[in-house]
Amino acid sequence: MQKNENKNMFKASWTYDKAPESTDHVQIKKEYELYINGKFTKPVKGKYFDTINPSTNKKIASVAEATSEDVDIAVKAARKAFKGWSSLSGKERGKYIFRIARLIQERAREFAVIESLDGGKPIKESRDIDIPLAANHFFYYAGWADKLEYAFPNRKPEPLGVVGQIIPWNFPLLMAAWKLAPALATGNTVVLKPAETTPLTALKLAEIIHDSGIPKGVVNIITGAGETGASIVNHPDVDKIAFTGSTGVGKYISNAVAGTNKSVTLELGGKGANIIFEDAAIDQAVEGIVNAIFYNQGHVCCAGSRLFIQESVADVVIQKLKDRMETLIVGDPLDKNTDVGAINSKKQLQIIENYIKIGINEGGDIYQSSCNLPKSGNWCAPTLFLNVSQSHKIVQEEIFGPVLAVQTFRTISEVIEKANNTPYGLSAGVWTNNGAKIFHLTERLEAGVIWANTFNKFDAASPFGGYKESGYGREGGMQGLNPYVKFD
Amino acid sequence: MHPNLNNLPVYDTTGVNERIAKFCSRSIKKSSKNEGLKLAISMIDLTTLEGKDTKGKVQQLCYKAIHPHDSLKDIPTVAAICVYPSYVGVAKKALEGSKINVASVATAFPSGQSNLEVKLYDTKFALDQGADEIDMVISRGEFLAGNYNFVFDEIATIKEACGETHLKVILETGELDTLDNVRKASEIAMYAGADFIKTSTGKIQPAATLPVTYVMLDAIKDYYLKTGKMIGMKPAGGISTSKIALQYLVMLNEVLGEKWMNNKYFRFGASSLLNDILMQLVKAETGMYQSPYYFSKD
Amino acid sequence: MSRLDINKTYKLYIGGKFPRTESGRYYAVNNSKGNLIANMCLASRKDFRNAVVVARKAQPAWAGMTALNKGQVLYRIAEMLEGRKEQFIAELIAQGSSTKAAQEEVNSSIDRLVYYAGWSDKYLQFFSTVNPVSSSHFNFSKLEPVGVVSIIAPENNSLLGLVSMIAPAIVGGNTVIVLASESKPLTAISLAEVLNSSDVPGGVVNILTGNKDELYSHMASHMDVNSIIYFGNNADYIKSISEFASNNIKRTVFYKNDDLSNDFYESPYAIEKTQELKTTWHPTDI
Repeated sequence: MQKNENKNMFKASWTYDKAPESTDHVQIKKEYELYINGKFTKPVKGKYFDTINPSTNKKIASVAEATSEDVDIAVKAARKAFKGWSSLSGKERGKYIFRIARLIQERAREFAVIESLDGGKPIKESRDIDIPLAANHFFYYAGWADKLEYAFPNRKPEPLGVVGQIIPWNFPLLMAAWKLAPALATGNTVVLKPAETTPLTALKLAEIIHDSGIPKGVVNIITGAGETGASIVNHPDVDKIAFTGSTGVGKYISNAVAGTNKSVTLELGGKGANIIFEDAAIDQAVEGIVNAIFYNQGHVCCAGSRLFIQESVADVVIQKLKDRMETLIVGDPLDKNTDVGAINSKKQLQIIENYIKIGINEGGDIYQSSCNLPKSGNWCAPTLFLNVSQSHKIVQEEIFGPVLAVQTFRTISEVIEKANNTPYGLSAGVWTNNGAKIFHLTERLEAGVIWANTFNKFDAASPFGGYKESGYGREGGMQGLNPYVKFD
Repeated sequence: MHPNLNNLPVYDTTGVNERIAKFCSRSIKKSSKNEGLKLAISMIDLTTLEGKDTKGKVQQLCYKAIHPHDSLKDIPTVAAICVYPSYVGVAKKALEGSKINVASVATAFPSGQSNLEVKLYDTKFALDQGADEIDMVISRGEFLAGNYNFVFDEIATIKEACGETHLKVILETGELDTLDNVRKASEIAMYAGADFIKTSTGKIQPAATLPVTYVMLDAIKDYYLKTGKMIGMKPAGGISTSKIALQYLVMLNEVLGEKWMNNKYFRFGASSLLNDILMQLVKAETGMYQSPYYFSKD
Repeated sequence: MSRLDINKTYKLYIGGKFPRTESGRYYAVNNSKGNLIANMCLASRKDFRNAVVVARKAQPAWAGMTALNKGQVLYRIAEMLEGRKEQFIAELIAQGSSTKAAQEEVNSSIDRLVYYAGWSDKYLQFFSTVNPVSSSHFNFSKLEPVGVVSIIAPENNSLLGLVSMIAPAIVGGNTVIVLASESKPLTAISLAEVLNSSDVPGGVVNILTGNKDELYSHMASHMDVNSIIYFGNNADYIKSISEFASNNIKRTVFYKNDDLSNDFYESPYAIEKTQELKTTWHPTDI
């Protein structure tokens, strides 16, 4: 492979000793069952699958595989619980949700370790971002439960009923929180399915939900792969599907529920444009590029995976970016100094590696940081493709890995056109020190979340969701209540 | 060579703070910690800059500089002693035979509110007394009034007087208001002939901070890329614990890298930092947390 | 000697012009007595496609007009409609309404336009939020138009239905392609004339007449349409529209309640249905 070399004049010399997060306090069972109707229950068909540590490819635990029979039991439990839960006063519902938030905070460290073990993300991200944000999300929506009429002036919001929620593997606990908290606050009951490669924190969350004393059947957490998800989507007694995942599956779901009374919200893929103007705070912009594409190994639907640099500063930005990439520590997710962890699964690694091959074959100039990758497990070095264009496949398609496609531009109108030249519309970033330019761009970029002079920021109070093929519906903030209510 | 002040990089403070948080979240343990702490000692400009300084006080500090903690083996000496011009002679004598430099503040330190003639005399006096390094202050009032040429010329004149003697230029970042100003002042100082740029006098709060130092390191990096000349960095004031010192070193390591990871290009202006590091090193050796009673205060 | 009336020719309304259907086809619309009122254009999928092109082109400029201006444009439509009341009443009567019902429908339509005109510079204030995030950022959310919207208008209430579908969509900065009531299309084209003589820029509202069975699937499947509104109860349509819409994650809006006096046809929430929510972050530290 022809590598685009970097003459790094600022090479770090001081290497940090390993600083592994302790796993002593973490309890992982050998086998996990389905959480249905307030009990952990064996799957009807008795099938189990392995959940794997992606940094070693070793098995962590066996997890129950829910079949359509189990889905049916879970939906029935949720249906049975709906009447009681939805007629409970908002105040009381809120208190259960507050409890869940607190219980997550109390066990935050355990959650962080398991998240990194099961999903491969660096411990400092699960510790500082995923777990606190998940708790904050419950905290935020707990407060809405008794104030819903203020979110919808002149209308009377009612819960939808039984909600089926299917979440991805990139932010396992956080996505569970994003889905559960508003659904519960608005009085719905839930059947939630985590992704098959990262089921553990959702199952741990089931323990917490159980400890919260929430009425049985209000939250049911079942595990399995795509077929289990399909059973939820196609179950006739589910009133709503909330899905986060690929655009492909999103289209399948939206097609599958056509003609039924199910409502749907979708949070799908993206190919976010990250735009650097010559008048930007270049050093922070470089950091923003790193946050945009290497955060969580690039397993981020809103990743800034298309970089646009104004030509006059392209060389400087690319050089600084390469230097910065050299200081990224890639490796053991449980090491507190790790910046980039393991690729979530063998399958995802193959997808990423295939895109890298495509990028090379299409003539892009590849640059990868010179980090030493561990021998076992799934790893991908932070990667740039320079000198690519809008017609390159790696520019058009979501890679969902630490691979950045770099293009240059000359004028404002040109970059707006290119940034919007995609079926996706989840996120975009703009870097400039000029206030008017920021508003000019943020008004015109077709994306649900715009980060100006920052990137990949999340907050329970901030609505998140896409334009165009990146989905519909919002999660977070007051507007995040909308997907879970109806009006007569 | 003059700096182009019209086209300087700008900084976003929130972004800088986020980057700083990443440095601070590095977990430095075991041998890397030991290595870092010893390096930090070797970078200290052990400082006393008080109106009540006396010959006795300066002599005691010099002894401490040579003998940080005799019961610990392989402890480097500090880089320099930093005093007022009046005590340069005392320090020189006390440090005879050691490799420790004597740095003197000068140019109407700390405010810089005097004319150039006085500042020059102040500097020459320190040099005559044998100072190995001069720590000058810039005229912040003139800088904030936009008289950048004034500031530049003053530094250049002092550097001329210093000749080969190392000149550290104190920006007093606590008075400069914004990170963009810190960058601008760094640029002026480097182009005017500074060998080091230094954050603070220690007399104004805030003194050294990680974000301000980060911006100055970024300026040094760009200056090196443009001119090939390596400028040193000295954060001073408020760096009192091992933990903070290690955060600075992590930042230095990841921004400027190995060429700067030595006391030729990086100094800590500090007084109480030394003992805190020594306590950490003894703790590492004995496995027991330490008490200040066992570490000499001079 | 009695004078021979001049019959009105009804054509399509695309991009601010009144073309005949490119297909050359027509269908006859008769009054309740079975007499021919008009030969309406039987629009084709190509007419729809052409309308999408102009609607797409017109959208950014329309959305970019100030809220005050858009409100005044809508108010102007109401004024023009008021001035041509009699014509609309006559057409509604010809299409089978009682005189009283026709008068009421025209009045309600005018009032509804005025209602939405008033929302133009207010709905953003109603739906936007400043979000108190836990970091040093200013964070706000505001609505933006979804873009190009296809509308399959109500079959009955051929004027009020049309206005109730169009007004909330365009006041929100969208451009629309409307398929008018198939059996009662006259008022739709007359409304187009009103739109054309008020200050609505060409391409903002495009009106087709024709056969629902033939056109609805194209309106739902076109990949450059962002949202589709269907007013009606045909379950097959709803299913099929949803399926087609899934190809580009088109936003679907289904109105099943026949009663156009219902609250939600006169509500800011109707505007919200064809809006996207955009959230913007910016640092605040200095």
